[in-house]
Amino acid sequence: MTSMSKPQIRIEKLNVQYEGHHVLKDITVDIPEKRITAIIGPSGCGKTTLLKTLNRLIELMDGVKVSGRVLVDGTNIFDSGVDVTDMRKRIGFIAQTPNPLPMSIYDNITYGPKIHGAKDRRELDQIVGHCLRAAGLWDEVNSRLREPASKLSAGQQQRLCLARALAVKPEVLLCDEPTSALDPISARHIEEQLLTLKKDYTIVFVTHILRQAKRLADYVVFLYLGELVEHGPAEEVLATPREPRTKAYLKGEIS
Amino acid sequence: MTTRRLKDLVASKLMFSATVLLSLLVLVIAFALFYRSLPILTTQPLGELLFSSSWHPLRSEFGFYPFIMGTIWVTALAMALSIPPSLLTSIYLAEYAPSRVRGMIKPMIDLLAGIPSVVYGLWGVLVVVPLIRGYVAPLAGVTSTGYTVLAGGIVLAIMVFPIIISISEEVIRAVPQETREASMALGATKWQTVKHVVVRSSFPGIIAATILGFGRAFGETMAVLMVVGNVPNAPSSLFDPAYPLPALIANNYGEMMSIPLYDSALMFAALVLILLVLLFSVAAEIILLRIKRRYIVG
Amino acid sequence: MDKRRIEENFVKGVMIASTMIVVGSLLAVLIVVLLKGAPALSLSMLTQTPKGGYYLGKEGGILNAIVGSLYLAGGATAIAFVVSLPTALYLHEYAKRSKLASFTRQSLDILWSVPSIIYGAFGYTLMVYLGMRASLLGGIIALTLLEFPIMTKAMDETIRMVPPRLKEASYALGATKLETTFNVIARQASPGIVMAILLALGRAIGDAASVLFTAGYTDNIPRSLLDPAASLPLAVFFQLATPFPEVQQRAYASGAILLVIVLSLSVASRLLTRRFMRQVIR
Repeated sequence: MTSMSKPQIRIEKLNVQYEGHHVLKDITVDIPEKRITAIIGPSGCGKTTLLKTLNRLIELMDGVKVSGRVLVDGTNIFDSGVDVTDMRKRIGFIAQTPNPLPMSIYDNITYGPKIHGAKDRRELDQIVGHCLRAAGLWDEVNSRLREPASKLSAGQQQRLCLARALAVKPEVLLCDEPTSALDPISARHIEEQLLTLKKDYTIVFVTHILRQAKRLADYVVFLYLGELVEHGPAEEVLATPREPRTKAYLKGEIS
Repeated sequence: MTTRRLKDLVASKLMFSATVLLSLLVLVIAFALFYRSLPILTTQPLGELLFSSSWHPLRSEFGFYPFIMGTIWVTALAMALSIPPSLLTSIYLAEYAPSRVRGMIKPMIDLLAGIPSVVYGLWGVLVVVPLIRGYVAPLAGVTSTGYTVLAGGIVLAIMVFPIIISISEEVIRAVPQETREASMALGATKWQTVKHVVVRSSFPGIIAATILGFGRAFGETMAVLMVVGNVPNAPSSLFDPAYPLPALIANNYGEMMSIPLYDSALMFAALVLILLVLLFSVAAEIILLRIKRRYIVG
Repeated sequence: MDKRRIEENFVKGVMIASTMIVVGSLLAVLIVVLLKGAPALSLSMLTQTPKGGYYLGKEGGILNAIVGSLYLAGGATAIAFVVSLPTALYLHEYAKRSKLASFTRQSLDILWSVPSIIYGAFGYTLMVYLGMRASLLGGIIALTLLEFPIMTKAMDETIRMVPPRLKEASYALGATKLETTFNVIARQASPGIVMAILLALGRAIGDAASVLFTAGYTDNIPRSLLDPAASLPLAVFFQLATPFPEVQQRAYASGAILLVIVLSLSVASRLLTRRFMRQVIR
């Protein structure tokens, strides 16, 4: 049984609305540090919204209203004094469909450090090597770093996105259904990388594959129709859920 | 065969012929112009026609160099003046402007595209030429009538704005949202995202728009003609008058018939123009293909 | 970090400034031309032809140019339409991806970017060859050549957007290509086709270079196809540079009228498209 570490992210009474829909209702939960937390629930229940709120990417959409607090290491990310671009350095994000930037593999990874001011060539080279290894992609691409990233397969592109996210040295990694667009072998690659990375990063991922949650998660958060129904250590929630809705979802009665 | 099927067959044959005829139109035009240029082509060496500066039709001297240079100067200036504001405006409309503002400004810019070139010329004569004569030239320490390369460049630049803007704005907006999100998620500011990612993705389209604008600037006749002075010397400064090729053709229509070889010379000028347009189209396609290959977005 | 903020705000300022330059120049053109022409626009200006001979008469109006332009552009648009529509439809439904289709589209692209003075020059060579003099007919020929690629290209783009399932429905009922093309495709594309016509018409009315050699110029209203015809753009061009203020007034009036006509066509095509869109399947 994994002991729960101290919370890195505290979400307090988070409400998100857009286009007239109340998508997230009064979410209050703590995300433990350096563990893998899975957000599960039927599609359309606000899982992606919750994730995108944690790095304030949700604000890129029109007409979004957010209330409540999200405290990362004690600071509310919505405070007016907080610099969003700095904050996004600390909270990395990997999208559902791989979205490589229109540049070479090398440039994809150095993009993040460069926009935050890194210039030294050797430092950048080191970052590229380190992150590609951490993402498990180094062996496959080290001889063609200058090729356009678009030439990689989907599975490779997703690992590239993982490497790219690691390059800015985040503390938290948010992953939105990171394997749903991938074939089984690539999916397994990503899962293995996430398991290795949790020693150094707090990982929060959204999934609708229960087996994946079982394989990877230390902590589970169950969302249903925008409400936080149940949360707790993975073994407890997945094996012996307390809420009837959780039970129904796990049994496959609601999806 | 039934009537229906007969009608179908006849119609398709007719349409086929029409299409074939029309697709050959370019060649027909080029050939006709070539044919009419023969008199001058056979009596003067091509090198002299293209590179000599002496333009004295009464003495049968037809050096086109000043007109070629005039065209180059005015077109280059127009593009230099037009591209930066056009790009900046496109980016603003596509990425920054609130949708209400965009909804108002875009149709206005499209309207610019429809204004006839004589109207631009009229405006140029009423506004740009006096401005240059009275303010800009003195500021630069030059006396000028105002009918200058600068006037032509300014008027042309305004004419080219809507072409570049409408296409560039569309291709910039077409960049998928996921690509923008990828950059923002790494902590980039909006401008960094636009500069390094969005513009980069839409680069081929922007180049295409620019090339189209260039083509328009190059062939524009009336507006430039009215403000550019029409003096047959190659310009050496922005405040000199110029005499681009299209203006040459347009201006001398009246005298064409009375001076020997003059009409043939003008037809030759027209031939040069259409050949340049053809060359240009081909070059544009090649450039576009190469850029697309280098900047694959994926 | 501040550096990035400053850069962001600076760039935003520059972009807004450049947008204002672009929009400002549009407004400048519109306002100056309309303001200059408005005082010259009287009833007599619009309903009389110039009097006094040799285009420099000090009385009369611009009726010659107004009617001349209408005849020229109207005739050219009608002929271009008759040729463009079948060509565009043929390209789409019959020739499809064949070599003919791509060659034709390529040619159309080149023709589209050919400066209008070339059409004037070509029209002139044709007229010399046929022994014609500068006339309404000559102008119509040159304008038709100008309008044809513009109209065809615009129609081509519109017709491409017809959803395949509509065509399938028609064929599945046993219709021939001809029937499908004219009953289904053309109907579905009709708003776009109307826009293409208005686009080409607007371009033709405003063009000076192509009619310069071919239509001639006159103070009178052409009574037959072989009479020379005045046109609004040339009315501006020829009358602007004279030293007589009355004649210049006619130039300003022509400019203003021309601008109003072209802008109205633009607005009309937008409005018409919206109305037509209701009949069309999305």
